[in-house]
Amino acid sequence: MKYLKFLLVGIFFGIVLVKSEAVSWYRIYEMFRFQSFHMYGIIGTAIASGILFLQISKRGIVKSIKGADIFVPKKEKGITRYIIGGIIFGFGWALIGACPGPMYILLGTGVYSMIVVIIAAILGTYIYGVLKDKLPH
Amino acid sequence: MEYILNPWPWYVSGPLISLVMALLLYFGKTFGMSSNLRTMCSIIGAGKTTSFFKFNWKEQIWNLIVVLGAIIGGFITTHYLSNDSLTDLNPATVVELQNMGFENSGATLVPNEMYSIEALTSPKGLLLLILGGLLVGFGTRYAGGCTSGHAITGLSSLQKPSLIAVIGFFIGGLIMTNFILPLIF
Repeated sequence: MKYLKFLLVGIFFGIVLVKSEAVSWYRIYEMFRFQSFHMYGIIGTAIASGILFLQISKRGIVKSIKGADIFVPKKEKGITRYIIGGIIFGFGWALIGACPGPMYILLGTGVYSMIVVIIAAILGTYIYGVLKDKLPH
Repeated sequence: MEYILNPWPWYVSGPLISLVMALLLYFGKTFGMSSNLRTMCSIIGAGKTTSFFKFNWKEQIWNLIVVLGAIIGGFITTHYLSNDSLTDLNPATVVELQNMGFENSGATLVPNEMYSIEALTSPKGLLLLILGGLLVGFGTRYAGGCTSGHAITGLSSLQKPSLIAVIGFFIGGLIMTNFILPLIF
């Protein structure tokens, strides 16, 4: 039962991403061609409201379900891994038109070929795990 | 009901996405849709040979449940919360894609030219899907997060590493869409 809330959040996330068309390959294409404001509007307003929420919670107005402070883990410092990893991710994102969330959501909408992409993504993650210590971070 | 069945405008969708982040933080977790890929490696047994996958994946079950929910959400939306409206793309985009061989742009969420059974069973089509998946899976772990972890959560919490990662996402995406896709199609 403790997992029910996560299932509901996931369902809500799936609904929002399909209705917003953020899972559309074409929307991603359009974004990277600067031919539409749509995706920039989504990402921009998501970040703006996210900043607002975190600033409010920082002042202790919002607490977590257990009464603790809202906590966002800090990313490790560094540049190399973020820029190189980011570029590699960007190549894949623009090619298949889906980042990890939308991969699963699109599978749910009936794009069954996405299973191939998901398996390849798991494999890609595995390859990173194997090569991790040899890569610059 | 029309408001629900039609595509939602960006100014509604964006804040709702940050609500997903807020809910997960409220539940004491974080919003990141790529860490489940690592979890799945661990479940399959990758931790036996690679330390990166050696962790107690049972603590990550909640994240797999979010993934399951996302799949169900996609199903519900297509079957019960949508009408036949097309994606309202820029006409210039549609023409451009047509010249590259993409028909009926915006009628579906993903192009049949890449995701139909015909595409999947052609060597080129299969290769592209595998390549795309590999790049996303490798890149996201290398960068320590994806669109949800870096672009939404990281930027909302004003973290510099996430800004660098998102700049990387865009450099990669711009190169792929503007220079490599036209060579592929």
